Amino acid sequence: MKLNQEEQAMRAGEFGPVRQIAMEHQIKVGEFFGAEDLVPVSQAHIMADTESLGEAGVAWLEMLAKNSSKDRVVRIPTITDPRGTDFNKAKQLGQTDTMISLERRAIAAFVKMGVSMTDTCINYQTIMAPVFGEHVAFGDTGVVIYSNSICGARSNFEGGPSALSAGLTGRTPRYGYHLDAHRQPTHRFRVSWTPSSLNEWGALGGVIGRQSGNYWSVPIVEGIEGHPGSDSLKHFGAAMASFGSSALFHLLGITPEAIHARDLKFEHLPVVNISKADVMALQSSYRVSDEIDVVVFSAPQLSLLEMKSVAELCAGKAFKKPLLAVTSPQVKPDSDRMGYTALIEDAGGTVFAGMCFYQSYAREIAEANGWKKLATNSAKMVNILGGYGYTPILASMEDCVRAAETGSLA
Amino acid sequence: MTKVFKAKHAQGEVVEGVCLTAKDGFSARYDLDRIKGVFVRPSHKLLGEAYHNKILVLDTAKGGVASAWMIYEMKMRNLCPSAIIFNTVNPILAQGAAHGGIAMLSGFDCDITAAIPSGSRLRIDPKNHTVEIL
Repeated sequence: MKLNQEEQAMRAGEFGPVRQIAMEHQIKVGEFFGAEDLVPVSQAHIMADTESLGEAGVAWLEMLAKNSSKDRVVRIPTITDPRGTDFNKAKQLGQTDTMISLERRAIAAFVKMGVSMTDTCINYQTIMAPVFGEHVAFGDTGVVIYSNSICGARSNFEGGPSALSAGLTGRTPRYGYHLDAHRQPTHRFRVSWTPSSLNEWGALGGVIGRQSGNYWSVPIVEGIEGHPGSDSLKHFGAAMASFGSSALFHLLGITPEAIHARDLKFEHLPVVNISKADVMALQSSYRVSDEIDVVVFSAPQLSLLEMKSVAELCAGKAFKKPLLAVTSPQVKPDSDRMGYTALIEDAGGTVFAGMCFYQSYAREIAEANGWKKLATNSAKMVNILGGYGYTPILASMEDCVRAAETGSLA
Repeated sequence: MTKVFKAKHAQGEVVEGVCLTAKDGFSARYDLDRIKGVFVRPSHKLLGEAYHNKILVLDTAKGGVASAWMIYEMKMRNLCPSAIIFNTVNPILAQGAAHGGIAMLSGFDCDITAAIPSGSRLRIDPKNHTVEIL
């Protein structure tokens, strides 16, 4: 890889051992993918829940954070994905003192490195959405696919070590979605039906993600009627990234790199038709039970408008089953102020902030609470939770709230 | 006669060992019980298989960014695959291999999951971008 003078100095340790470790990591990854050089990035977003980090990962962060402040502090705005808990409600989830201690240690290390603990996977709705053409180093697949596709920004999936490295060096290897060549469509889909609910948008994203196949596939979708809006596209992209490892999609006439058909080369691609039945088939494949143990709204964290929708459905209800609504620390105060939190909690639900359900020791909290059958409107979450021992069920927000009240989706 | 396959992308050190092969994806978060060291995703073709010190031969990297941390964490607990070979990899697994220090190959002229039978003994040489069935 070609390194400029400053990058060579970082590699040589002239900017301290922490930036040297970061640069060496970036060179390894860049050389693996054949990157020619590094590209300056304006923001980094780190996914680092402690279920993923474990004791070893936290100890590694603490090792970096022990260096002098001159050496250890990030050079560009660097923010975080959800943590593994909401400290105010950890006991309610059945999380242990060990889990909480690990979280506190990780946060202390990040703060020492100058990382802003935003704890959100909807930073594009709450913190600072990237703009068209902006190179960033974002973690969380849902954040990356939204930023690339809806904002027209440029990011690869940056796992925690790579996103932190980008924060420390202000750069990332120039490969994948930083390059024009990788942003052209590789798969062409034509839909004959436009979803209306968030679970349907997620299921459509899941269908396209599965059929696209891998990270390097870029679907273009024709036939969407109207403009879906931010929350629908959030669920659509998050599910596509989860089912397919996709990092970029184009919606013809909607997303910024596909406003006009002439903007992209896709006419030569074979058309794959997707009907309502295809989308419902994915949803039905997760409907193995009517009885439920718990309802969870999460993955991605809920926007203020999603919190409002959940709250309105909860108003006046009395739940038999736990209902968890998970949002960002930025949305939670507004949800409190506008009375949404009270409507949910008065019905027997609980609002969590700064965590995401599946990143919060999902297996252990299932065992602690006796949860197995989990209803959600998040297609992303049903794709993930099977590996954590749950039987996840995909349903609409309305049906999920009703199930919390009656104990059944029937 | 030995069979040697050449990869487009490679990193890590030389590894020899027995492989687990499946035409399926891979995510450390979605597919594994990392405490027990087994595949647990009900729909995964390696369901119930123990992966410690095995070379995984799989189709593609799937899922979220957590695997980048998880490979290092698994390696530090000495309950980790010794290498992973993919038809196609995503950045997360490549970054995880770089951070955790395990060998990884990706990108072949053939479907590598069809070419290498499960249970084969393999030698991976990342510097030469090769995997050999011994």
